[in-house]
Amino acid sequence: MDLRFRIFRYDPETDQEPYYRTYFLVAEPEDRILDCLNRIRWEQDATLSYRMSCAHGVCGSDGMRINGKCSLACQHLVKDLANFEVLLEPLPFFTVIKDLVVDMDPLFKRIQELPPYVMPSDDPPDRERIQTPEDAAKLDEVIRCILCACCTGACPVMGENPEYVGPAALVWAYRFVFDSRDEREQERLQRVNHPNGVWACVNHFECTRACPKHIPVTKCINILKRAIATVEP
Amino acid sequence: MKETAKPIRHRHDVVIVGSGLAGLRAAVEVAGTCDLALLSKVYPTRSHSGAAQGGIAAALGNEEPDSWEWHAYDTVKGGDYLTDQDVAEVLAEDAPRAIFELEHMGVPFNRTPEGTIAQRAFGGHTREFGKAPVKRACHAADRTGRVVLDTLFGRIFRSGIRMFPEFQMLDLIRTGNRISGLIAYELATGRVHMFESRVLLLATGGFGKVYKTTSNCFANTGDGVYRAYRNGIPLEDMEFVQFHPTGIHRLGVLISEAARGEGGVLRNRNGERFMEKYAPAIKDLAPRDVVSRAIATEIREGRGIDGNDYVHLDLTHLGEKKLQEKLSEITSFARIYLGVDAVRQPIPVQPTCHYMMGGIPTNGDGQVLDDQGRAVPGFYAVGECACVSVHGANRLGCNSLLDLVVFGRRSGRNILTELPHLDWEPVSDSSADPISERIFHLKSASAGNRMAPLRAALQEIMMNLCSVFRTRKGLQQALTEIRDLEERSRRIVIENSGSHFNYALAEAFELESLLGLSEVIVCSALAREESRGAHFREDFPERDDENWLKHTLALHTTHGPKLSYKPVTLTRFEPRPRTY
Repeated sequence: MDLRFRIFRYDPETDQEPYYRTYFLVAEPEDRILDCLNRIRWEQDATLSYRMSCAHGVCGSDGMRINGKCSLACQHLVKDLANFEVLLEPLPFFTVIKDLVVDMDPLFKRIQELPPYVMPSDDPPDRERIQTPEDAAKLDEVIRCILCACCTGACPVMGENPEYVGPAALVWAYRFVFDSRDEREQERLQRVNHPNGVWACVNHFECTRACPKHIPVTKCINILKRAIATVEP
Repeated sequence: MKETAKPIRHRHDVVIVGSGLAGLRAAVEVAGTCDLALLSKVYPTRSHSGAAQGGIAAALGNEEPDSWEWHAYDTVKGGDYLTDQDVAEVLAEDAPRAIFELEHMGVPFNRTPEGTIAQRAFGGHTREFGKAPVKRACHAADRTGRVVLDTLFGRIFRSGIRMFPEFQMLDLIRTGNRISGLIAYELATGRVHMFESRVLLLATGGFGKVYKTTSNCFANTGDGVYRAYRNGIPLEDMEFVQFHPTGIHRLGVLISEAARGEGGVLRNRNGERFMEKYAPAIKDLAPRDVVSRAIATEIREGRGIDGNDYVHLDLTHLGEKKLQEKLSEITSFARIYLGVDAVRQPIPVQPTCHYMMGGIPTNGDGQVLDDQGRAVPGFYAVGECACVSVHGANRLGCNSLLDLVVFGRRSGRNILTELPHLDWEPVSDSSADPISERIFHLKSASAGNRMAPLRAALQEIMMNLCSVFRTRKGLQQALTEIRDLEERSRRIVIENSGSHFNYALAEAFELESLLGLSEVIVCSALAREESRGAHFREDFPERDDENWLKHTLALHTTHGPKLSYKPVTLTRFEPRPRTY
C-alpha cells in the first residue's frame, strides 16, 4: 500500500515554529504505524523523534495523535486506516519537546501526588493480606493503565482548563480508593473532590473512546464522584 | 572545530542503572539511607519488566500442596543442571517471603475464593520432583510484570530518590579494580553527564534485540552487559539464549505460557497435540527450550500450519469467561495484531527470542565477579543483565520476576553493608573524552554505512544461524559475518547532528553493544560441543556432563573473546537425564 505521511515536526534548537513534513512509504497491511515511523526514520529521515519501546501496547511510550485521534502507534495497523493519508501529531495539551515527543512530567507529577502506593493502617501479617476475589476484581480494569496519556490528550476539558488533573490521574486515584487494603479512602477522595478534580469532568467520554487498554475511564470518574457524594452530608 | 564540552558532573553514593523490577527493588532497599540516583534510558514505567505477563513463582501452596524444595529442584532441572544449586535454593526458599512483601506493597494479585493469592500452573513447575504440574505461579491476570512494576515505581516515591529518566549509559569509568562511575547521554538535551559513585548497580536487562524475532522491546540492547565486558568483566554462559515457544507469528510478541498453564494446547497442521510426543508426562507444560525445539521440529518436518513456519496455540476450549478474566491481554494481542478471535480461533505462534540466561557473573548478593572470581568492590549487577546463575541453561517461566525481586533486595542489603567501607575514587573530566569524541564524530560524519541495514543484517544472521538449532558450520559462518559487520560499523553515518532526542545517535551506541554481544554468544556457542538446555548443537545432540558440566566465561581481548570455564555448584541434586 502506498501511504502518504504528514508528520508534525519541531526542533526548538533550529525551528522558529512547528511545521509538517511529508513522507511517502510503501507498507504492508499488517504493519503497525510504529513500523512505518521506524522505516521513515531508518530509511528517509534520521532526525525524526518519537518515543517507543515495547511496540505492543504495554509500555505506553508511543501515544500520539493519529489522524486526529489519540492512540498508540504500535496498536494501529495500516489496514485499519480509513485512507492512504496518515497525519501524525504529538499528544495535545502537553508541551512539545521535539517532534512527537512531549513533556510527560506534569502527568507523572499528578500521579506522584496521589500518592501512588497503598497505605494500610495495620502492620503487615506474616502472610498475604486477605482480599476477596470480589474486592480484587474492582481493580481489574484500572490496573490495565499504562500511563500512555491518550485519555488525557483526548479530553476536551484539558483544553479549557489546564489545571484539571485529567483522566489518567483519576484512574490512578480510583485504583487506590477502591483497593480494600488501603485505609486512606476518605483522604484520597477529598484530594480529588475539587473543581479541578473529578468535578471538572463533564462526561464527554472521549477518554473512554481513546483508551487503548479499554478502561472505562469516564465510568471510573463517575464512580469516584458518587463515592464523594455518599460520604458528604 | 572539536566539540569537547565538559561533561556535567554528578556525585551520588549509589547509582543504579535501569528501572525495571531489579533496579527498582534494589532502589527500594537502599532509598532513604544514602544518596541514591536512578538512571534509565526510558521513563521508569516504560521498562521491559512491564511486558512480563504470566506470573511470579513461589511455593505458597495456596491452591495445592507445594514446597520450596520442589521449586528448587524444578529450577535446577529446568536449567539442565547448569544452575548453581546454592543460589537456586536461595531463590526458591526466599520466594514466598518475596511474594508476601510484594502483596504488602500493594501488588493487585488475583485471589482464591478464600482471599489468598491465586496460583496457576506454568511450564516446568511440578510437584514431588517432577511427577505432575503444580500451581505455583502467582499472577495478576496476564499483566503481572506491569502491576509489579507500577507498584515498585509508586513505592520509590515514598523515600524520595533522584531520578534521571531518558539517560542512556554509554560507558563505565574504571579506576584500577574499581568501577568508579559512568558516562551517560541525556536524550532530551544531548548533553554528556558523568556520574561518580561509590557503588554502581547495573540492572540494564537483556539483549533480545540481537535477534530478528524477539519478544523484547527496542530498549533491550544489552548496554550494561556490553560495557561491563569492555571494562574487563568476563561474561558468563552467553550461549544460553531462551526462545519462548509462543511468539505471535511474524511479530514475535509474547503470548504468555499462562495460556498453556490455564489449559491451552499446541497443535500442528494435522490438529495433533504434538507435545504428547516430546514430553509425555507434562506435555504442553514442558520447559520452554523443550517446547521451542518441538515446534521448530514440527515446522522443519512439514507439520507447520499449511506447511508454513508456525503452529497453532489452541485456547478455544477454555471459554470466553476464562479468557476474559485470566488472559485478556494476550487475547487482545491476537485480535489487534492477527485479527484472530482467540475464543473461536487458534493463534498462529512460533518461537521468539525471549530471555538471556547469560550475562555479568555475580554471587548471590549481586556482587560482580572478575575474571578471578573475586567480587569487584562496589560493583553490582541484578536481573537479566546478570548471571547468578539461577537459570542455568534454561530459565523456567515465572522465575524471572522472582529473580529480580529476590536478588534485587539482596543486592540492596549488601550495598548497605558494603557502602561504609568504600571510598570515592578520583575521576577526572577527561574520562568522558573518548565518548565525547565519538559523539562528535558520529554527528559530523557525512558519508559511510547506514546503521539500520547493518543492524537488520546482524539480527538476520543471529536468527538463521544461532537460534533454536545450531551447528559448527553455521556458527562459524555467523562469526565471519558478524566480524564483517563489525568492520563496516566502524564507518557508520547517522545523518542526524541534532541535540534533542537524537535517537539515531543512541542507536549507534546500541549497535556497538549488539555486535559485540553477538560475537560473544556465537563464540561461546561454537566452543560448547554438547547440547544443554537452550543451547542445542545438531552436531552434538547429547548433554555431556563429563566435559561440559561447567560455566563458560568470555573475557574481552583485542582478538575477540577469550574463553575459560568454571565449575557448577552442586548441592543436593545429582545431574540426571532430563525428561519430562
